[in-house]
Amino acid sequence: MGRWGVTSEMLRVEGLRVVLGEVVVLDGLDLEVAEGEIVVLLGPSGCGKSTLLRTIVGLERPSGGRVVWSGEDLTSTAPHQRDFGLVFQDHALFPHMNVASNVAFGLRVAGLAVAGREARVAEVLDLVGLEGFGGRSVDTLSGGEAQRVALARSLAPGPRLLMLDEPLGSLDRVLRDRLVEDLGVLLGGIGQASIYVTHDHDEAFALADRIAIMGEGRIRRIGTVAEVWSDPVSSYVARCLGHENLVELDRSGGCALGRLGDGPGTVLLRPGQVVLSQGPDGIEATVVGSLFRSDRFSLRVAVGDMEVLIPAAEAVPNGSGVRLSVGPDAVIPLTV
Amino acid sequence: MRGHLIRSLCVGLPAVFLGVFFVFPVVSILGLGLSSGGLEHLTGLPGSDTFRGVAWFTLWQAVVSTVLTVVVALPAAHLTARRKFRGRRLVRALTTVPFVLPTVVVGGAFLALFERLGLDSGPVTLTHTVWAVLVAHVFFNVAVVVRTVGSFWEGMDPGVEEQARMLGASPLRAFAMVTLPRLWPAIASAASIVFLFCLTSFGVILLLGGPGIATLETEIWRHAVWRGDFRAATALAVVQLVAVIAVVAVGNRLQRRRAVGLRTVVARTPVAGRWELAANLGLLGLVMGLPVVVLVERSFHSGGGYSLANYRALAVRVDLLPLTALEALVNSLVFAMVAVALAVTVGGLASLVVVHGPRALSRVFDLGLMLPLGASAVTLGFGMLIALDEPPLDLRSSRWLVPVAHALIGVPFVMRSLVPTLRSIDRRLREAAAVLGAPPAVVRRWIDFPLAVRALSVGAGFAFAVSLGEFGATSFLPRQPDRMTAPLVLFRLLGTPGQQLRGQAMALAVVLMVLTGLSVLAIETRRGSVGGDL
Repeated sequence: MGRWGVTSEMLRVEGLRVVLGEVVVLDGLDLEVAEGEIVVLLGPSGCGKSTLLRTIVGLERPSGGRVVWSGEDLTSTAPHQRDFGLVFQDHALFPHMNVASNVAFGLRVAGLAVAGREARVAEVLDLVGLEGFGGRSVDTLSGGEAQRVALARSLAPGPRLLMLDEPLGSLDRVLRDRLVEDLGVLLGGIGQASIYVTHDHDEAFALADRIAIMGEGRIRRIGTVAEVWSDPVSSYVARCLGHENLVELDRSGGCALGRLGDGPGTVLLRPGQVVLSQGPDGIEATVVGSLFRSDRFSLRVAVGDMEVLIPAAEAVPNGSGVRLSVGPDAVIPLTV
Repeated sequence: MRGHLIRSLCVGLPAVFLGVFFVFPVVSILGLGLSSGGLEHLTGLPGSDTFRGVAWFTLWQAVVSTVLTVVVALPAAHLTARRKFRGRRLVRALTTVPFVLPTVVVGGAFLALFERLGLDSGPVTLTHTVWAVLVAHVFFNVAVVVRTVGSFWEGMDPGVEEQARMLGASPLRAFAMVTLPRLWPAIASAASIVFLFCLTSFGVILLLGGPGIATLETEIWRHAVWRGDFRAATALAVVQLVAVIAVVAVGNRLQRRRAVGLRTVVARTPVAGRWELAANLGLLGLVMGLPVVVLVERSFHSGGGYSLANYRALAVRVDLLPLTALEALVNSLVFAMVAVALAVTVGGLASLVVVHGPRALSRVFDLGLMLPLGASAVTLGFGMLIALDEPPLDLRSSRWLVPVAHALIGVPFVMRSLVPTLRSIDRRLREAAAVLGAPPAVVRRWIDFPLAVRALSVGAGFAFAVSLGEFGATSFLPRQPDRMTAPLVLFRLLGTPGQQLRGQAMALAVVLMVLTGLSVLAIETRRGSVGGDL
């Protein structure tokens, strides 16, 4: 049982509806976050992830629905009274303050005495790996450092819920991978309830206790990474998660790989279940491309009128004939 | 309750200030001009040859001055916007100085220059000709164009020109086909400001044009101050007011278009070529540097040799004047400080209304408090003269009328610096502060205020310089003899023949120039990342 299973939910978003101008951005969205849980919101750019965060912290006003924190309705509470934290994608560090003053801002607002402030600032700077950076001016920071300062600033007042809006979006891949790991350890370590927004599924998998896929202004699927990955339910969710082998079936449930279902529709081929056949039998296919992905090769092969991606130990020249075998539970049916 | 009080103060104080000291005087001019007696005068104007001559001259000298200014300024704008060279910051700062130099100082500098070059009489005479006026207008306004167009140019993506070059356009063609059309709104907006300044030029015309040359502005002054003929002056002031409003309306429209499509890029700036640099700086030096150099040289020249005699004479009263030049300088400094305090208070509050107030009110404030800058100084002074002479507003004998008039002119500078800065304070910074628990009042105090203070000091510096050198409005205001300002004393000294006085005038001009120059250079070093439109 997960951590969220034992404690009651703290944040509950009910039927949230947000209209910006003429566009309905959120349309009856429901979401719950439990104590100490990291929920990752995943979805393509423009699906309303940022708007959801902004509405939860109170920077946008919903035209319908509620934002509730352990029973207390916060929907019309001002942002500064919600006790939530938000890390902006572009950091939004205060340019006229040094690192320490930025981090101390929330503590100062809360009226904490200087000594307490200094201790807490040192503590959170230490936590994000920036000990000794307090006196630095914010325009001397690198992208990764600025991101950490923004995180430290949000953590310092001890928000009951922390939201991060694509905090690593502006950083390069290598730095991102490292910071995602650090972030997971850090947030898990202090048991900080968080909502983390990203459009990168690898980032989502690395951090999420539960992962929520957004589309059409709603949560389309929510669950643990394993649950969602092995049963995405819809092709939209499957694509958001990075599944590649989606197959259209004809009226009788067949395709170039054989009969995979009972009728027309889309199915998902479980990764690793369609493989190169070791023996002489199997379905004939032609290699149309090979790509190397960090630890393994993927072959793009053409079978009849369709293409699938299969794992391989090494690259195979384009145009080579290969044979495929389909595993016994390769097929995951999708409803939509 | 407290919020309500602050809001009322933000709206009320600037509104009352503008209402009493600007709107009321202007309305008084209109009232007097459109009264039955005044109307007679006004309708008689079109038939008067004198008026037609004055109006025509006012217009064409402004057009020619504007065109000349743009032609001289464009290469310099290109240089400071697009080229890297040693002393770029200094050149930029120096081109700002003439803009705030007192008109009487500039007049004095050109008089000195013409005298030195033997152009004050003889076969080639510039003194008291239209040429002197045109050259001085270029000197004054080059800075406006270099600044406005230069900063716009700097923000334009050079990639587009480079693309045109790749597609086979020569540098000149690329400039004509790609750069100029995009630059056009900035040029038009700068030109409309320059045109306005030339149209309402006063001190320069009086000093350099001499008695033979008259514009609407100088005619108003001659009628009102010399002849005491308020009716004739009022009729001309009404004409001037209408012309100014028309120019401001057109300029405002151009200004709004300028804001479209401006984005800041960090452009790769190539190093300036040697000839390009030499030609540009040479031209700037000739137009802007030479008069100043000669002025300084003359100020040390007395009795056939160089000495500090002229400067020492500043502490000695001459018969012509009721006080010493030094005392006048002290008056000017005191007035300037009071004017800056007023301008910062009024301009600061009004800026808050413009940025955070309701839309309609914001537009009214934005436009309304800019008006004194557009309205000619003479309109301002003359309006105050005829409006504030009766109880309960009999302020003619008040020594504070001068700083109030200066503050009216200073407010637009404060606002032009502050409003864009307040607007550009990232919305996300406020949101970040709110999410961290800061209520709106704290956000204003800890985020907006500190970021605004720098911009405010830029505006204050300009207001200070402008007040120190203000001549047009001040020359109308009744004064106690011992409260004369330095520019008025300088005007008197320059207008009186005699080598002794001339030398003293040059010394006083140099002191005024140094004081105003210093306040602008101080601004330039503080500007940093803020600075607004100035």
